[in-house]
Amino acid sequence: MADHTVTSEVVFRIRRFDPTTDADPHWEDYRFPCPPGMTVLEGLKQIKESLSPTLAWRSSCRMGVCGSCGMFINGRPRLACNTQVSELESSLITVAPLPNFNIIRDLVPDLIPMFKAHAETQPYIIRDDTNEQQQPTGEYWQSAHQLEQYLQFSYCIKCGCCMAACPTYATDPVYAGPMPLAQAHRYNSDSRDGGFAARKQVLSGERGPWRCHFAGECSRVCPKGVDPARAIQLMKRQLVFDYLKLGKQKCPASIAKVPDGLKRREGIPETPPRTI
Amino acid sequence: MRDQRLWTWHIGAGAVILVLLGLHMTVMHLDAIVRIFNPAPGEPVDWANVVARSKSVFFLVTYVLLLGTALFHGFYGLRNILFELNPGAPAKKAMNGLFLVAGLVLFAIGTWAAWAGFTVARSA
Repeated sequence: MADHTVTSEVVFRIRRFDPTTDADPHWEDYRFPCPPGMTVLEGLKQIKESLSPTLAWRSSCRMGVCGSCGMFINGRPRLACNTQVSELESSLITVAPLPNFNIIRDLVPDLIPMFKAHAETQPYIIRDDTNEQQQPTGEYWQSAHQLEQYLQFSYCIKCGCCMAACPTYATDPVYAGPMPLAQAHRYNSDSRDGGFAARKQVLSGERGPWRCHFAGECSRVCPKGVDPARAIQLMKRQLVFDYLKLGKQKCPASIAKVPDGLKRREGIPETPPRTI
Repeated sequence: MRDQRLWTWHIGAGAVILVLLGLHMTVMHLDAIVRIFNPAPGEPVDWANVVARSKSVFFLVTYVLLLGTALFHGFYGLRNILFELNPGAPAKKAMNGLFLVAGLVLFAIGTWAAWAGFTVARSA
């Protein structure tokens, strides 16, 4: 077993592509010492600083939150910032852009189709009480059980790893893909939301969950532990029940008004003014 | 809306097939253990047993129901497989028409055969 406490030499085999000069992508190797704890993202930064300044990729937060650095690392979609070189158990690290997307340059995939599909499913709370949303008089009431219905799906960071792993999305451009569908289900199962009928216009058509073969790869590779495959199956059930008129009519959660006569305890500062 | 409707029918047809195929397997292949709908001695495919089943309105209905659900389930599944190859809109329309016509023709032939078997068995 490899000793992860000492610096060892690694080879980063990176798929390079510059549309202005290259006809096809090609592989390039970069050899450098890898100190303990180095992540793949740090390895890429080292290459850019000292070996190949033209290397391009997306990254931002460096802590697995922003979802920018999704890449195909050693044959699996992962976040570069969340993947330590040592955990790959190999001195050869292959890094390629996420599959199932067009390549803009080097490790930068074109995620526009994913975000277009995401936008189509209206991934936000839809309610009739526009005034209440603009000028809230209270909070929408929600129990802990109702929160559990969608909580895990809300952890999605839209990195695109699930889309890159999906065998259906790889071959079928009509299919919306696991991320947009899981996010549509996240809002459909939110007790504060009343937008199922609006989202159904997209979900009940051919871009909906019907083409999912339940391979489950999306859930296996998700770096945040979200289970998009489960969301898609639950969505299928919800839509079938809706067609059979067996589904419960969901009324969006009511507003829990702040009780009158409450006094702020001493030492607790005032709420800062609203910024929007 | 269309895929939601077709998918629901696809699932419903699958559930019906599960029950009716279970009945078929029980009658035809578990005869030594569960002897139902085979009144005469011998094999389930012996003439006497076939006639006995074919006389029954219950079997006439189940044959036609199994035929209809199997045709819908099978053709819809095949249509989905072909649609995942991402054909153009005219090809999709042609496939929809072809499968609809093929399904209806096969259903008509099968129903006619089941009805013919029923009337022949009744008159035997």
